[in-house]
Amino acid sequence: MSEVKSYLVGVFDDDDVLLAAIKNLREQGAKILEAFTPFPIHGIDPALGIKRSRLPQAAFMFGATGTTCALTLQISTLGFDWPMNIGGKAHLPFPSFIPVSFELTVLFAALGMVGTFLLASGLGPGSQKTVFDPRSSDDKFILVFDIEKNKQFSVEKLTEMIKATGASEVNIKDIVEKH
Amino acid sequence: MNVTSSVREPLVTGGKTWADITNDICRQVEGKPSKSWIIAFTFSVLLLGVGVFCVMYTWFVGIGVWGLNKTVGWAWDITNFVWWVGIGHAGTLISAILLLFRQKWRTSINRAAEAMTIFAVLCAASFILLHMGRPWLAHWALPLGNTYGSLWVNFNSPLVWDVFAISTYLTVSVVFWYIGLIPDLATIRDRATNKISRLIYGTMAFGWNGSAKDWSRFEAVSLVLAGLSTPLVLSVHTIVSMDFATSLVPGWHTTIFPPYFVAGAIFSGFAMVLTLMLITRKVFHLEDYITLAHVESMNKVITLTGSIVGVAYITEFFIAWYSGVEYESYAFINRATGPYWWSYLAMMTCNVFSPQLFWFRSVRRSILATFVISIVVNIGMWFERFVIIVTSLHRDYLPSSWAYFTPTWFDIGDYANSFGLFFTLFLLFSKFLPVINMAEVKAILKSAGDVQTGQATGNAKVKSNETVSHN
Repeated sequence: MSEVKSYLVGVFDDDDVLLAAIKNLREQGAKILEAFTPFPIHGIDPALGIKRSRLPQAAFMFGATGTTCALTLQISTLGFDWPMNIGGKAHLPFPSFIPVSFELTVLFAALGMVGTFLLASGLGPGSQKTVFDPRSSDDKFILVFDIEKNKQFSVEKLTEMIKATGASEVNIKDIVEKH
Repeated sequence: MNVTSSVREPLVTGGKTWADITNDICRQVEGKPSKSWIIAFTFSVLLLGVGVFCVMYTWFVGIGVWGLNKTVGWAWDITNFVWWVGIGHAGTLISAILLLFRQKWRTSINRAAEAMTIFAVLCAASFILLHMGRPWLAHWALPLGNTYGSLWVNFNSPLVWDVFAISTYLTVSVVFWYIGLIPDLATIRDRATNKISRLIYGTMAFGWNGSAKDWSRFEAVSLVLAGLSTPLVLSVHTIVSMDFATSLVPGWHTTIFPPYFVAGAIFSGFAMVLTLMLITRKVFHLEDYITLAHVESMNKVITLTGSIVGVAYITEFFIAWYSGVEYESYAFINRATGPYWWSYLAMMTCNVFSPQLFWFRSVRRSILATFVISIVVNIGMWFERFVIIVTSLHRDYLPSSWAYFTPTWFDIGDYANSFGLFFTLFLLFSKFLPVINMAEVKAILKSAGDVQTGQATGNAKVKSNETVSHN
């Protein structure tokens, strides 16, 4: 089943104008669905009310898993499964275990974090997230409003409000959403 | 209002706008390959062909086709391995360490430098496989439960650490590089005019649409990956140096190896980045993005790391004498005055003397001089590894087994193979992927461009210096 949803798409030419517009429109009570920009903009997260990403915590957990796996592997194989006398060294030479433990910590943290990021953002080969305006990956800054969620304003009123904050154009975009 | 500080040189010149950046960088991805690209690519593939033949022959016959003998058991194979790994380090340094230090000039060169890292590490890995002699048994280096008994790999051995270090480094570098590519691939997808490139770049772009939420996560991932890559890159060459330092061979058994190897790696890597980028900027007309300010910054890093390397050479020599160990002193005197004196001289001239020319502003801002010195430095760094490996081995404790190593055509052919592989991959990259990180250069354009941009509409507010300073 699919349904058509309508969105208002405000196109801005400058990131600072966009930032001011976001603050202004949110103060007026408009609900912004998302902003789409060609590059990360400093200060857009608090303006849009986006919470700080918890990915670094995830990376730490993955890293800790990596350390544990590496130590378990080395201690169990060299220390217990088949202890060998290598140059008269102890069977559990912890200094020798540092390099491999470190490498696996980094490997697990990096892969785990990137995997979490791709999953959380729904990115991956074959994924096609909605592009409201293809110019948003070039030099335009896009603000998208769900018309249904901004019922308190008429479409004309909302368009006017967005224009007043400095948008160079405001378009209505219909997206077919599959369920 | 121009917000560029008069003290700092602009990093993007030519009055570019964001749209100009997209057009300039996408041009060579979307257009037909240029004549010079086709010639270079043909040459690289031919070189790779000759190299693959030599490698296949080496695998088929065994490493006896090299000039190795009982005394010198490691020569060009490990020299080339260390050389390529070292070259790879510059990419990670530029993308990770300079990110943490908030050096904006890295944005124009990080993409190509990271690509170079990956290709250089692949070349290095090819020598690990080659020097095993029986590459079909390469999995023996992994801690796999096996059918030959309960024996495991020896985690005391730096060679095993190397396996973990190099494979982690390659994986993390590829991931870091690819994550950075995603937004730019989306740009190419959104511009694509034909179905095939829309499909290919669309698939590679992972569905990216540049939403603020995704950018927020993207930035968190980039920062943590940079934080992880920084100790990683230092650990990799540290572990490579331990392949030598943990042995008891005079000339190898040296505690200063880790920092000395890392400095040398950055030194040669920056030189390779310069060699490649000076050609790329010329061929693709990217002079406005890779400016003289970039070249100068990189030359300063080369001077610094080159000087560290020089100090390390002298320290090694001093400690060899000061230790009072006869064998240690002899190893170093033999390096400088023995049968391999010419390689020691090449190393000293190329690595210690040549980068000092960059103290002159006119030299470090000259494209020609930089290009020549960048190649000289890499020749010198190759000789450094050759000096460390071969001259330390060829005269060991027992004078009756002293020997001399001479390369055969297969030593040279297998080395040529890595160049063929490296340049083929780099040329493919430079044609089909954006060589400059568009999103990052766009992000610094306002604060580091030579003119204030982005005020096309009358409503645009003039930004103050204050908002720029912490970008």
